[in-house]
Amino acid sequence: MKTHVSTVVNGDAVEFLCSPSDTLLHALRNEIGLTGTKEGCGSGDCGACSVMLDGALVCSCLVLGVEAQGSQVETIEGIAHQDKLHVIQEKFLEHAALQCGICTPGLIVSTKALLEENPAPTEEEARYYLAGNLCRCTGYDKIIKAVMDAADVMRQGA
Amino acid sequence: MSEAREYQHIGQRTIRPDGFDKVTGKANYGADLSIPGMIWGAILRSPHAHAKITSLDVSEAEAHPDVFAVATYQDFPSVNAEAVAAGTARKDLFDTAANVLADTKVLYHGHAIAAVAARTEAAAQAALELIQVAYEVLDPVLTIDAAIKDGAALLHDNMMTQGLLEPASAASNIAARMELKKGDIDLGFEAADIIVERSYETPTVHQGYIEPHATTVRFDDNGPSMIWCPTQGHFDVRARVAQLLNMELGQIKVVASEIGGGFGGKTTVYLEPVALILSKKSGRPVKMTMSREDVFRASGPASASQSKVKIGAKSDGTITAMQASLHYEAGAFKGSPMGPGCMTIFTPYDVENMYVEGFDVVVNKPKAAAYRAPGAPQAEFAAEMAVNELASKLGMDPIDLRLKNAAKEGTQTIYGPKLKTVGLEACLLAAKSSPHYQSTLQENAGRGLAAGFWFNIGGQSSVMIHLNPDGTGSIIEGSPDIGGSRASMQMMAAEVLGVSPSTLNPIVADTEHVAYNQTTGGSRTTFATGMAVIEAAEDIVDQLKARAAELWNVTPEQVDYKNGVAYNLSSDERLSLAEICAKAEKTGGQITGRANINARGAGPSFAVHLCDVQVDPETGKTDVLRYTAIQDAGKAIHPSYVEGQFQGGAVQGIGWALNEEYVYSADGVMENAGFLDYRIPLASDLPEIETIIVEVPNSFHPFGVRGVGETGIVPPLAAVGTAVSEAIGLPITSLPCSPPKLLELIMKRG
Repeated sequence: MKTHVSTVVNGDAVEFLCSPSDTLLHALRNEIGLTGTKEGCGSGDCGACSVMLDGALVCSCLVLGVEAQGSQVETIEGIAHQDKLHVIQEKFLEHAALQCGICTPGLIVSTKALLEENPAPTEEEARYYLAGNLCRCTGYDKIIKAVMDAADVMRQGA
Repeated sequence: MSEAREYQHIGQRTIRPDGFDKVTGKANYGADLSIPGMIWGAILRSPHAHAKITSLDVSEAEAHPDVFAVATYQDFPSVNAEAVAAGTARKDLFDTAANVLADTKVLYHGHAIAAVAARTEAAAQAALELIQVAYEVLDPVLTIDAAIKDGAALLHDNMMTQGLLEPASAASNIAARMELKKGDIDLGFEAADIIVERSYETPTVHQGYIEPHATTVRFDDNGPSMIWCPTQGHFDVRARVAQLLNMELGQIKVVASEIGGGFGGKTTVYLEPVALILSKKSGRPVKMTMSREDVFRASGPASASQSKVKIGAKSDGTITAMQASLHYEAGAFKGSPMGPGCMTIFTPYDVENMYVEGFDVVVNKPKAAAYRAPGAPQAEFAAEMAVNELASKLGMDPIDLRLKNAAKEGTQTIYGPKLKTVGLEACLLAAKSSPHYQSTLQENAGRGLAAGFWFNIGGQSSVMIHLNPDGTGSIIEGSPDIGGSRASMQMMAAEVLGVSPSTLNPIVADTEHVAYNQTTGGSRTTFATGMAVIEAAEDIVDQLKARAAELWNVTPEQVDYKNGVAYNLSSDERLSLAEICAKAEKTGGQITGRANINARGAGPSFAVHLCDVQVDPETGKTDVLRYTAIQDAGKAIHPSYVEGQFQGGAVQGIGWALNEEYVYSADGVMENAGFLDYRIPLASDLPEIETIIVEVPNSFHPFGVRGVGETGIVPPLAAVGTAVSEAIGLPITSLPCSPPKLLELIMKRG
């Protein structure tokens, strides 16, 4: 039996059907068609599926689809305003903080959560906050530089 | 002279053209395509590391109402000796077939046996349980020592060792032996005042790309069948699937999706031929994905190795002899990178007498795949550790010892050619004067240094550049962009055409829309595909001159072209590229430049890495305090992405040195098949990775480019290993330097 779920994704009211064992990640990708959220492990170890659920950073592979009932979900697709990139996205591009790009959506969602919690992280705080987001291409160096630069710009803008 | 040139765009840090899609979630990767009517495939995998399949019954699964098709090894029509003998099929075709769906034996835990396609992903998984398999379980062979000992269980009953001086008389787990030599190794050791000799080992590791393998396919009897997948080489996927399924190349179209990392591991096929069989049998599009566990258990690990190294030197540091014996695990089927291991191990050294032998050994682990400079990290780890030990025994600075013996232009390599201009000495000198090397080491810390070499390749690339009537254009290339290469292609074309890079849109075309391109691998893309882009752009410049000449009623020789503008040499008239395009209708239609090349002259890239570590004596945990990667790029087209290659390679090497390894149970089950227990480096594990780009131009490339993708993973194993050894005051001979291993060493030391 599938359950009918009503939720809000990136500000849009969304409905989908979901089996009791389906994850939120599965629902986002296969029912709603938002494939920007990636699956790297399915076990909460890589962070590629990071989304915001009612303001909390979660691995959407560890959340059931039915848990999204009545909640607010924010995914990578909701971070830019149409063609206007968020400063975090701009800084990732400027610093060449992505190579293959598969971890990038999760890292950008996590970075946004970091900077909302802590607008002035030290480099060490940024490295520990983002330790749940695996990147195999970059060695993290340029990612951390992009995050610190984005934090600076966002603080100036605030 | 390349080094004297002033560039408009080369060397700038532009925004990559595919960047917007990749930071907004719009870019489509392997698992992101769904097609109407699509069903899902799933694979039954072996619970045993080594067993004969005594019976395989899929009838119950086939009869299930949710199941549309079942595939087994019997569905490969063209795995026949004739095609292989005729040279029209790859020599490893049988192995590829038996790897993607087992034939009569399963050779590793997780080996694919059969596949089903069903209405949903869950239904396909459930249907696997309806397949009945009976096994005769055999002894698993899990190490090189176990594989080569007398009486070892054989993985392949008919495998005779190739490359022996006398033909093998009995089957063995050693697939092949090779040797390389120069000079007289015995004389070399006789001339030595000091000899260092030691054995080393490295573990099985995984490339660890974050995107699991995935594919969506649609078989079509009336037109080309479509395969969508993340691959480093869609033309190679097409060739392998065509051979396995007895199809012509023109009957298959492979679309390379965006690719979420590969590092060599996405240069073969796993799911694609199986999915196409299921699609053919069911008449439906089929999607298949691997779980992370499947990725670890059944795709690409890099070979574990055992190496013996012996080096002789004069007391002034002149190395007189270098000798090695290298064993590589191939996994379940022959084909470890022992060849490149033997070829690269001593190439950083200009030494008269060398001897290297290599052995390719099969074991009950997944079939090894390429991993960034395949074979070199294992071999050069052993050589560089021994060279550092020699430096220590001689009381010499490790950079000075290397400078005294460094390979340079004219050095005779052990594998054949003499080196052309190379940048090893430049890298060593840059390391010596680097802020890192000049800095004082922290207390209780160790510092390690190592050099690294990788050949780099050229090969076939095909490119077209189409110009639009307004002067914008598109670059149609066929090299999957795994780390930002579209940006480099755009910059190189823009440099030749004298226009802004953003006016040219690079497109990685499918196998129907551009001619053949070799796989993105061997650090070839910016070099070889870049060379094709440059040639295609030069073709356009010739056409622009001819079109302008026609408009001015002069000969093309009377037209000059620079910085995007054509000049009439016999008047003061000028026309920009955009103006010529706007008038192209009057001069014969629109403009396309093209190049189909087989690029020669790939320039080898050398690197030198520096690493400082501290080891916690109570836990055995190593902290990397400082790290610097220095490498010759020839010419950095986009410096940020060049640095990114250095940094990424360094960190993969740090992971290999400190934590990563396949852990097996006695019965051959990998016990850490997930990112929690197979621990790749995290952001919190690392310091800044400092980089120094050395530019010794490759004279065979118009801009001086050398490939940079692979060399960066070669030096870290010994740079980290030596730093750890210095920090704990004990020799390191076995990777990874994981906390339990180091703790044991420290406890024994007391």
